[in-house]
Amino acid sequence: MSPELEIQLVAVVVAVACALPGVFLVLRRMALMSDAISHAILLGIVLGFFVAGDLTSPLLVVGAAATGVLTVALVELVYRTGLVKEDAAIGIVFPALFSVGVILIARYAGDVHLDVDAVLLGELAFAPFDRMEVAGRDVGPRGLWVMGSILLLNVAFIAVFFKELKLTTFDAALAGALGFSPALVHYLFMSMVSITAVGAFDAVGSILVIALMIAPPAAAYLLTDDLGRMIGLSAAIGAVSAIAGFWLSFLLDASIAGCMATMTGVAFTASFLFAPERGLVAAVRRRARQRLEFAQRMLAIHLAQHEGAPDAVEESRVDHLHEHLRWTPEFAGRVVRESERRGLVRREGERLWLTEFGRAYADRSFVAD
Amino acid sequence: MAEGLSLPVFDYTLRMVALGSGALGVVSGALGVFAVLRKQGLLGDAISHAALPGIALAFLLTGSRSTMVLVLGAAAAGWIGTLAVMQIVERSRIKEDTALGLILSVFFGIGLVLLTYIQRVPTASQAGLDRFLFGQAAALVGRDVALIAGLGALALLVTALFWKEFKLLAFDRAFGESLGIPMRTVDVVLTSVLVLAIVIGLQTVGVVLMSAMVVAPAAAARQWTDRLGVMVLLSAAFGALAGVSGALVSSMVERLPTGPTIVLCISVIVLASLLFAPNRGLVWNAARRYRSRRRLRVQSVLVDLYALARQHEHLEHAHSTAAVRAMSYGRGGTLASLRALEQRGLVRRAGRDLWSLTPAGIREAESLLAVGDREAP
Repeated sequence: MSPELEIQLVAVVVAVACALPGVFLVLRRMALMSDAISHAILLGIVLGFFVAGDLTSPLLVVGAAATGVLTVALVELVYRTGLVKEDAAIGIVFPALFSVGVILIARYAGDVHLDVDAVLLGELAFAPFDRMEVAGRDVGPRGLWVMGSILLLNVAFIAVFFKELKLTTFDAALAGALGFSPALVHYLFMSMVSITAVGAFDAVGSILVIALMIAPPAAAYLLTDDLGRMIGLSAAIGAVSAIAGFWLSFLLDASIAGCMATMTGVAFTASFLFAPERGLVAAVRRRARQRLEFAQRMLAIHLAQHEGAPDAVEESRVDHLHEHLRWTPEFAGRVVRESERRGLVRREGERLWLTEFGRAYADRSFVAD
Repeated sequence: MAEGLSLPVFDYTLRMVALGSGALGVVSGALGVFAVLRKQGLLGDAISHAALPGIALAFLLTGSRSTMVLVLGAAAAGWIGTLAVMQIVERSRIKEDTALGLILSVFFGIGLVLLTYIQRVPTASQAGLDRFLFGQAAALVGRDVALIAGLGALALLVTALFWKEFKLLAFDRAFGESLGIPMRTVDVVLTSVLVLAIVIGLQTVGVVLMSAMVVAPAAAARQWTDRLGVMVLLSAAFGALAGVSGALVSSMVERLPTGPTIVLCISVIVLASLLFAPNRGLVWNAARRYRSRRRLRVQSVLVDLYALARQHEHLEHAHSTAAVRAMSYGRGGTLASLRALEQRGLVRRAGRDLWSLTPAGIREAESLLAVGDREAP
């Protein structure tokens, strides 16, 4: 495999592995927990590094994942005192843990290869250089194996606990009443988030992990109401963003991880604007259509009111509408054209006649549907 | 005396670092109060991360590395990021936490793209830009401190001018709207001031840790008071204290980065406040709970003794400790309670390990039971 292909493969695996737990983070309104975890695991990485002595030891993953869970527990501990709100609890806990990590690095790890930049920013371009060897044979980049395993773990976790996750996410009270333990599911899930964040940090850095976890599910959330479909869409959006990000970075000669995060942002923006039902454009068009429909109803009622009255001739003229109904001539023209097309009115020069259908429509408008 | 001249206070660099960090603590502490009260503590986190592309773009467009230019760029990007969060929450079903996380990380990603892009353009050097990432308080010079103080004063001035409106926004937005105050505009003004408070701190404590400077002093101050004015002043004081002490400590210990040290200082203040603040503090709470549980236990022992005595001819009949203990099986502390009652003259020793009620004890037990009867439905 060429290095470019390997990088893209790692990128896709990382993005999909992050998007899967991200779906539940977004739905459980715990998106910022990923922020807290991904920062705090720096401390775990440092401590694991001190114990193990190198950055490739599995001990690092264990230590960092434990720190992630510890962060969640600490946030809950502070929150449970009732003295601060949840956002403040998060905002107090993770900077403190992160600071301890930074200080430890500055004081004791200055001479070895472990700097905050590497943890925070990551560097995907180096992925192909870090090889995995089995019995002396090269079997591919290590990152691919690590993240591949985490991806499989995430898939297995979601597959096995799908029912529990779904229930505790959408109705924690019901889940408790049915005998599932929301707390147990919560901590298992948070362990998955921590492990994923740890695995992804040396590829994309701990801050951009958040983008890969949050943005694809947020985009998918605007596209579907079905949990299964949302998971699939999130994974797909993550994968596409990863590949697009790689090529963007190729084009700009800039950070791959940064470009991947940027592309997840682009994906979200596209979904935010153009989602078929919930997008901004769809909403604007829906409002415009409702406005036009309402105006046609107004026109029918207006004509019905003056039908047969002495001022009927005056009131039924197209050029009079903008005076009486305060419509601009253009809008009045559109309403009349649309009403004609629907067969509500008939037009003779400037004079409008209500059709039989239009009269019934106006009558019906007064009765509550 | 000659020693005194080498004290840190007389060292120019340290004086600047301490001054800058202190001023930053005042501003972010004061403004953080509103963020925390509105449950938007993590908005600070989002703003500081979102500022990164602004810093990079400002450098890319002007080629200048002056703090003023970079801070303005940071403010613009932070502001756009915040508005984006507001728009996403308002115009879609995305919740605030997701919107914050999204803007925070995507903007940071864009910033990283720009930074690495700058780094690889041969004519430009990135040096000086990543001090915003992790903060480099040691590099603060007089000009930076003046900028922090100037922009900080501006932020505080606006807060003072809009005091009433900000207060309404924090506690009862709907009421403010009913008074005809354009609360959306007030929201935008408050957010802009918060953005200002945050971007001036970036080069001291860095993007990642800036959120602590917004949340922590306010969360600590909240424990000491229920009044907004006092809370703002306290929060500013805590911020300043953390800034100055963090700067001093990090200067005295080798290889101790300033930003994280400041954050640890403010974390200690938060911890102390959570534990020891009067009324709300956890320690006082626990003590209060312990005292009331103890009082209840003593009362119940008295009533138990009364109930035992009722079974005999006269109410001053003595009972052994074991008998009283049997009445309150599993609660423990019977002997200690009896001794406490003895001290108050409600119970007296009628021999070795024998206790009987005094007349005062009988009255007390009867009144306790009467209260219990009255309160029972």
